Amino acid sequence: MGTTIGIWIAAGLTLFIYSFLYKDNPFYKFAEHLYVGITAGYWLIYTWAYVIQPMLLDPMIKNKEFVLLIPAFFGIIMLTRWFPNIAWLSRWSIAFTVGIGAGLGVTGAIQGFILPQVQATLVPITGFNFETFNNFLIIFGVLTTLIYFYFSKEQKGVLKWGSKIGITFIMVAFGASFGYTVMARISLLIGRIYFLLSDWLKILK
Amino acid sequence: MNIFLKLLKVDRRFIYIFIAIVVILPLLLKPKFPVVPSQPVKDVYNYIENLPEGSNVMISIDYDAASMPEQQPFLEALLRQLFRNKLKPILIVQWQLGAPLGTMGLEKIAKEMGAKYGVDYINLGYRPGYVAQIVGIGKEIRDYFKVDYRNVPLDSFPMMKNVHNYNDIALLVGLEAGATYLVWIEYAGGRFKQKIALALNAVSAPDAYYFYQSGQIVGLVGGMKGAAEYEVLVGKPDLAVAGMASQSYSHLVIILFIILGNIAYFIEKRTKSKEGGK
Repeated sequence: MGTTIGIWIAAGLTLFIYSFLYKDNPFYKFAEHLYVGITAGYWLIYTWAYVIQPMLLDPMIKNKEFVLLIPAFFGIIMLTRWFPNIAWLSRWSIAFTVGIGAGLGVTGAIQGFILPQVQATLVPITGFNFETFNNFLIIFGVLTTLIYFYFSKEQKGVLKWGSKIGITFIMVAFGASFGYTVMARISLLIGRIYFLLSDWLKILK
Repeated sequence: MNIFLKLLKVDRRFIYIFIAIVVILPLLLKPKFPVVPSQPVKDVYNYIENLPEGSNVMISIDYDAASMPEQQPFLEALLRQLFRNKLKPILIVQWQLGAPLGTMGLEKIAKEMGAKYGVDYINLGYRPGYVAQIVGIGKEIRDYFKVDYRNVPLDSFPMMKNVHNYNDIALLVGLEAGATYLVWIEYAGGRFKQKIALALNAVSAPDAYYFYQSGQIVGLVGGMKGAAEYEVLVGKPDLAVAGMASQSYSHLVIILFIILGNIAYFIEKRTKSKEGGK
């Protein structure tokens, strides 16, 4: 019974949201606001039940791990941004976060992105086969795209042509992204329609 | 000529109706549609097929309900393969709102395959701060997951006794709707040399192909299409395969509209320039 009610609510809300395709209307507005409200409520409960209680309160109360008062303090002073008189306190937490983020980011970017990607561009272009052609495309695409983003010299002559080829590679990448985006949005539509036809209307088995 | 010019002024709601029809009809008529697995998807499947029995595979749920039609079919197909090959999934969640979806998929397939909680699989749930967590798992998973998603201590589960860090995880599979996969590649892959496979929403998939080319990920499953390919490889076609005919026909309609729209645009441009010349 509970499942059936849930399916009817989900189907109704799906139709409310899709009614926006015709034009904006109160049903759409209702579903939209309900979604935002439920999401916020869910986040709140989830954060309490799966973060604050098991990671802060329980260890302090049950295991006497009072060292957790330090991160708790930094977390609480983050909220001082709401009070202009003491808002400066929140900068300590922000400084802490930015410092860790920057430190992790620098080493992570070099280790995780720059070096492996440069290494992957150093590919052999010997022989006369399809792999060589692909490798050549990679090297040529990387170089011409980098030329497009080289702004220290006026783009004329070789730089101009390199830049034009570079922008062509970039456009191809944008085209691929757009194609995949269309595919993604259609997939979501298929998912919803499948739900309506199978779970709600029971037309599909 | 006039037809093309009228097309430019067509109400966009007619296009929505066309798309709805080409999505609904194939779902009802179920035409046979070939789904041929691509190399990046086959690479994920084959990598898992070659893992020794009993290996731990960490699955990270980094999506929510908005990506359910793309990610859930892959999650279920992946879990079927893992349980069939006696591999042990460890589910973790980086997106709070994805936690129920991950749990739902895991419980459904575990029941179907007769897997036992804590022995054959485990659900560690959500923890905040994914960057610190992804770096921290490289040292000790218990620093972030002392308990499972039901607050039961990790050490009380037989399968977790010898799991401490990435050294004990044969493969990490990230189901990704956003950019969390970059952090997995950056730290788990870059720093700790963890083998990673990704299932990305179609929107994000093109951005991850260069990680596949560079060998930073073992394979890539892109969107519902990728999930359909995986279902075929696992040998149990399901929701994603069912949607492929609709997907293909709707793409054809969109291509047709793009071509017609462009023809109409150029005709209008030409007509205007002629009128201006007079």
